[in-house]
Amino acid sequence: MKLELQGITKVFGSLVANDHIDLVVEPGEIHALLGENGAGKSTLMNVLYGLYDPDDGQILLDGAPATFRGPGDAVSAGIGMVHQHFMLVPVFTVAESVALGYEPTGAGGVLRLEEARRRVREISDRFGFQVDPDARIEDLPVGVQQRVEIIKALSRDAQVLILDEPTAVLTPQETDELIRIMRELKESGTSIVFITHKLREVRAIADRITVIRRGRVVGEASPTSTETELASLMVGRSVSLTVDKEPAQPGEATFEVEGLSVVAPTGTVLVDDISFDVRAGEILCVAGVQGNGQTELAEVILGIEQADSGSVRLDGKDILGTGVKERLRSGIGFVPEDRSTDGVVSSFSIAENLVLDLYDTPPFARGVSMSPAKVTANAEQRTEEFDVRHTSVHDPISTLSGGNAQKVVLAREMSRPLRLLVASQPTRGLDVGSIEFVHGRVVAERDRGTPVIIVSTELDEVLGLADRIAVMYRGRIVGIVDAVGEDGTPVSRDVLGLMMAGVPLEDAQQQAAQHRSVLGAADLGEEQA
Amino acid sequence: MSTATQPQQATPSEGAGPQRARPKVSLKATVVYALAALVTLFAWVLDTPADTRTTFQFGTSGDVVSIPNIPVPALGFLVVLLVVMLAATGFSFWRWRERRPLPAWTHVVVGVAFVLAFLTFVGAGRSTVIPMVSLLAGALALSVPLVFGAMSGVICERSGIINIAIEGQLLFGAFMGAVVASAAGSAYLGLVAAPLAGALVGAGLAWFSVSFRVNQIIVGVVLNTLIIGLTGFLFSTVLSDNKALWNSRMPLPRIRIPLLADIPVIGPVLFNQTILVYLMYALIFGLQFMLFRSRWGLRTRAVGEHPKAADTVGIKVNVRRVWNTILGGAIAGLGGAFFTVGSGLAFGREMSAGQGYIALAAMILGKWNPWGAVMAALLFGFSKNLGNVLSSIGSGVPSELLLMLPYVITILAVAGFVGRVRPPAAEGVPYSKS
Ligand SMILES: Nc1ncnc2c1ncn2[C@@H]1O[C@H](COP(=O)(O)OP(=O)(O)OP(=O)(O)O)[C@@H](O)[C@H]1O
Ligand SMILES: [Mg+2]
Repeated sequence: MKLELQGITKVFGSLVANDHIDLVVEPGEIHALLGENGAGKSTLMNVLYGLYDPDDGQILLDGAPATFRGPGDAVSAGIGMVHQHFMLVPVFTVAESVALGYEPTGAGGVLRLEEARRRVREISDRFGFQVDPDARIEDLPVGVQQRVEIIKALSRDAQVLILDEPTAVLTPQETDELIRIMRELKESGTSIVFITHKLREVRAIADRITVIRRGRVVGEASPTSTETELASLMVGRSVSLTVDKEPAQPGEATFEVEGLSVVAPTGTVLVDDISFDVRAGEILCVAGVQGNGQTELAEVILGIEQADSGSVRLDGKDILGTGVKERLRSGIGFVPEDRSTDGVVSSFSIAENLVLDLYDTPPFARGVSMSPAKVTANAEQRTEEFDVRHTSVHDPISTLSGGNAQKVVLAREMSRPLRLLVASQPTRGLDVGSIEFVHGRVVAERDRGTPVIIVSTELDEVLGLADRIAVMYRGRIVGIVDAVGEDGTPVSRDVLGLMMAGVPLEDAQQQAAQHRSVLGAADLGEEQA
Repeated sequence: MSTATQPQQATPSEGAGPQRARPKVSLKATVVYALAALVTLFAWVLDTPADTRTTFQFGTSGDVVSIPNIPVPALGFLVVLLVVMLAATGFSFWRWRERRPLPAWTHVVVGVAFVLAFLTFVGAGRSTVIPMVSLLAGALALSVPLVFGAMSGVICERSGIINIAIEGQLLFGAFMGAVVASAAGSAYLGLVAAPLAGALVGAGLAWFSVSFRVNQIIVGVVLNTLIIGLTGFLFSTVLSDNKALWNSRMPLPRIRIPLLADIPVIGPVLFNQTILVYLMYALIFGLQFMLFRSRWGLRTRAVGEHPKAADTVGIKVNVRRVWNTILGGAIAGLGGAFFTVGSGLAFGREMSAGQGYIALAAMILGKWNPWGAVMAALLFGFSKNLGNVLSSIGSGVPSELLLMLPYVITILAVAGFVGRVRPPAAEGVPYSKS
């Protein structure tokens, strides 16, 4: 199916989110949509999917104008969408989620769940998804949840599939897998609109690239352009894609973890007897495949997860017995992994979200009353500094684009005097320009003499930021390596990749030396370019 | 590469995930069991003389084969029950040590043993019998409005609307049921009017909370107050001016189901009832099935858990909520008819007496599941009736204390047996597109 968007315009209050956007997607084409945070990509896709009414412009399907009064119309016209924030009911099973809205039913509206399961299995088998139709959504890792979303779209015969930042929450392996799936879909004639901030993926898979900036199409790019070219087209200035930093000048180890274990209520050992320290003025990256205990480790440090044994010392004091607020006040900055649920109060304004941690202290509060002027002034300053694209700081944070909401959390957590910074996936969902800025801030924090812990599943980020790298696997630390060896060569991706699969450091180094070519080739082909 | 990583991704708990140890199990049940055993020992066993008897009555006057009264030696029986409770305590403690969760039947065993122990103690050495059938029948009667109310709550809240107005729906159903039955001279017409009355209140709730996005709890409370005022006013004016026309007693006839009603003890309790109670049975089974096995149920739950997700697959969230709220109102209204035509009474001022709120509590206790809510409603009804029966046979326990019984038992049930409850995620949150 050929899809054309002509002059699509969408206005929110005084903000023109989409300004006469034209876009053509040919049948069987993978069309990448690039743009900064808040450029209007998700808005455009929501218009196409019938969730928003456009203020102007029209949608043509195979040349014929189509109007969508709701997502139902879009779906019956053959458009499927995987949203930036998944649209899955956590307590449903996979089969129920896929059936919802298009339920196979017998007499009296009774569900034919067997039929729904069969549908899931069919698509799952065809594309090698390995999804169990009876699994509960909330028990599934994000990568699998995403496959459920894709199955949902495919089970309704989507001929145009919209993927809004599908790889933001995926591990590198899951991303490889998704790219394989996209290629397969393309073979079978499905067109795909692909939104991402990861230029490497765009170059690996896109047939055509459209770049949007501040609601307008600023141009097309060829998939053969370099990442630097794409980045500057997107942001409108030249961007450095590598982290610029001086070698670390580490001081004393001011943050120490010893024998720390976390056991879930179900009895699962999430963090298994780990010990490490971070020195002042050093960045320790905790690498590993999602779900190997990194999240829990970070949460124990802040105190929102309970430790079962071990100690966590900051500046010589064991902080395990203290409350979250006390820890925050003692100078821990914490960026949670899932910022949309753990990092912001979505019904609060941007300004309020920016003082969630300090609302009851001067200058934001005098006695029991808050001083709105200070809160507003603070918000103006932070949003300016972190380039949060917004209309008014008094708007609810839910009106921000995905990436801009994340920047609010970063702005809050990185703007007070810190004794320790713990950030999980600090640049997930951010555009290249913002990544450059955030990395710069992290390095600046380090250079101010703060111990920094970055939890990331993104190898590029780990290699760019880290002074030392701790790899976690099944709740344990497989090994801790210096990011740059004594001979001045950086640690290899292959070694880290093997360690992330649980291979101890020395074996990993040996194996990597022998099999370099095999693993290197699997690395998304970025070396080809 | 892809084949190598796939199994790992599909089953992360085995592949990339951490290892397992035994789950943590709460010690709460053990503590509650031990308390029950201690109460039995100190309050009852030690206070019962050795040679007394307690007589349990299992028959009714209408039995085909008459069932004799069963006298038991009080102290001996109490000791047996105490041993059962102690065994259950030990068992639950062992399960806790082994970190294995407790099966649900132990709760039932301890609950039944505790109630029997209490009855044995009360009846010890008295000539009065403990009337088991009327104990159960009365419990069912007291539970009926609660069950209807709780089902109404389940339907509304599963779709995301908090229905505080159950109280008003019950009361308005009772009122319209009585008035229409009386004026038309037919109790069955009352059963038609009651759900319509409840639906009207439900429509009011839906209108304000969906169209105007007013806080649902506030709308509900306002509606309740409005209905209490309105029915109270009409009661003291129109209804008392011409009682014969507007408010005469119109009892629904009992329908005895052959064979089933002859089952000893439970037969007469369950199967010699009015059509309203049979409708309630159908409602319970029907709702349990429909909520989890039908398109309506799937969409209702989706709308209550994640309305936006429902919207993206073309489900009209607010339309669904409005209809569910009206349906829920109709069901509560029908339940209200039990106060008047269902029990053969005329309408009385504020005769629902807060049962709507108790129904809501039953729904929560039942974790928003029809079956669970029914069990909770029965527990309320039973403990309330136990209090009534005991004060009528004269137990020596002050009747004020007996009136507290349902609430004490509820608190124990919540503390001991109800695990983590999770309401529908979008409950009470108005939905709009952007
Ligand atoms: N419902 C809304 N109400 C008001 N403003 C909105 C709403 N949704 C989006 N916006 C604004 O529209 C602009 C475009 O947002 P959109 O979500 O389309 O960005 P995006 O390109 O997807 O960015 P990201 O990469 O961060 O996801 C943003 O400035 C955002 O604040
Ligand atoms: Mg977006």
